[in-house]
Amino acid sequence: MSHNNNAGAGPSLGAGLPGAPISLGRKPRPVESAIKAALFVSAMLSVAITIGILVALVEPVIHFFAEVPVGDFFSFDEGTRYAVFPLITATMVTTVIALVVAVPLGLGAAMYLSEYASRRARKYLKPTVELLAGVPSVVYGFFAVMFVTPTLLQDVLGLGVGFTNALAAGLVLGVMIIPTIASLAEDAFSAVPQSLRQGSFAMGANRMQTTLRVVLPAALSGVAAAIVLGLSRAVGETMIVTLAAGSQRNLSLNPLEGMQTMTGFMATTAGGENPVGSTSYNTLFAVGLTLFAITFVINMISIALVRRYRQAY
Amino acid sequence: MSVATTTARDTVRIATGKSRERSTGSLVFLGLLWFSLFFGVMVLVVLIADTAIAGAGRFDPALVTRYDSTLFPERTGFRAGILGSLWLMLFTALMAVPLGIAAAVYLEEFADSRRWYNRIIEVNLQNLAAVPSIVYGLLAVAVMALIGIERKGIVLGGAIALALLILPVIIITTREAVRAVPEEIRQGSLALGATTWQTTWRQVLPSAVPGIATGTILGLSRAIGEAAPLLMLGLASSVRFDPEGLMSPITALPIQIYGLSSNSQEAFQDAASAAIIVLLVMILGMNALAIFIRNKFQRSW
Repeated sequence: MSHNNNAGAGPSLGAGLPGAPISLGRKPRPVESAIKAALFVSAMLSVAITIGILVALVEPVIHFFAEVPVGDFFSFDEGTRYAVFPLITATMVTTVIALVVAVPLGLGAAMYLSEYASRRARKYLKPTVELLAGVPSVVYGFFAVMFVTPTLLQDVLGLGVGFTNALAAGLVLGVMIIPTIASLAEDAFSAVPQSLRQGSFAMGANRMQTTLRVVLPAALSGVAAAIVLGLSRAVGETMIVTLAAGSQRNLSLNPLEGMQTMTGFMATTAGGENPVGSTSYNTLFAVGLTLFAITFVINMISIALVRRYRQAY
Repeated sequence: MSVATTTARDTVRIATGKSRERSTGSLVFLGLLWFSLFFGVMVLVVLIADTAIAGAGRFDPALVTRYDSTLFPERTGFRAGILGSLWLMLFTALMAVPLGIAAAVYLEEFADSRRWYNRIIEVNLQNLAAVPSIVYGLLAVAVMALIGIERKGIVLGGAIALALLILPVIIITTREAVRAVPEEIRQGSLALGATTWQTTWRQVLPSAVPGIATGTILGLSRAIGEAAPLLMLGLASSVRFDPEGLMSPITALPIQIYGLSSNSQEAFQDAASAAIIVLLVMILGMNALAIFIRNKFQRSW
């Protein structure tokens, strides 16, 4: 990965690398070392940010649990003010709907780009798909409320949904994560060696059979990583669900009902009047920490899966 | 039809594999792939068309020159939001770009990826890039508390949140740009007696500028559309003066759109639609600029 790995044996790099094997003409260079240290500090800042997130979230949560019994937070009771499980089930409902939309469409787009499109076509088609990722989530949320629910769900499909419902939020959320899944899955498909495809063609398989039975299984861990990353995006997305999914705690799994997700709760609470340090303000951080923990685990799974397919080929 | 011609045609079919590519199943599959590729584009077209029609009546100068007004919904404007978003953009870039480039340069040019702490940075970056944006809002709230600023909804807080949010994006794209600079350029410079830093500063970074600029603009275009972290910092949706400094309370365009979308008055809905088009034009403009820079200046080695 790093350029120093292959150049490390050369004498010229000795100045910048303490501990390099050869020190031909090596002088102490204080400025050089200072610059390196400054750059290292900048890189370490990313680790500091992660630790900062943890500290920032944990401290108010300690205050929160000093005032609210743990059982009230980890509760399924919709009536309880601090219950987190109704928020988690709502997040699950919108996320599952989003994945039902985005997984087939994202993988389909990735398969076309990687297995069917010519190099020139890919150059134009890929940015087009990625354009979807550039649309701000508040715009998607507005679209869900103003178009998807009243026009698509109520008028065209004739569903008896309310002004806010999990279905509209999930569908639009799905559209938003298509590029995430498509882009990572395309990387995974492209990483499958050409020889596997040629072998399949030589056995008389056509393009569809090769794509579905050879390329897809070979890229499976990369595809899984793409889906898992899309899942993480869907869980953490805020504005769409805040606007379209509703603001009532609802343990129901019926997507036609309105329900408040974790991020929806956080946005609504932060927008309201909650003095800093109050219990309702600290709830924000308790839910935030839960959200961070969930997405952290999901992201780590995705990173591990990506590493696996990188090692395979 | 003679036996000979049939055989010949079959041979051709088998040799080219055309018949197998044109079976019904294959064609349906190809159709489905086409559908998945263009589904997103169709949604985007519907979204823009629907929004533009709703906001058509509001494309007037008042939209960008006036402050928001609850008394005259048909003349409400987004001056404060547009200016606020531009200010946020400026200070976000000032914070995130130097830090991001420095971190990327360290990881690509100086770090030994076999060391455990460099590998932690690596995994951590991948993870940070996927942390929900709303969590960065909470982090910025904590940072503001740490430096002892109690005022809510100001430029500084918003810019810190957005800078933290796009830092991983800038680091990742800068690394790709730096990695694309061929090894020979570094070796040539080092062979002439330059140090690693001199090589990086005088050879590698200038060659990587187009890639870095592209990544930075794309990162900023993501930041300008974010509302969730700004909500955490308490940005108000109604501010009726221009931003004056780092400590000035502001609003941002996405926040104003969010504020109006919960208002059921039709005139406000139309104004929000028009504001969405303004926001999309800003974002698409930034994306177009990024693509232009990439195509115009990027060297292929």
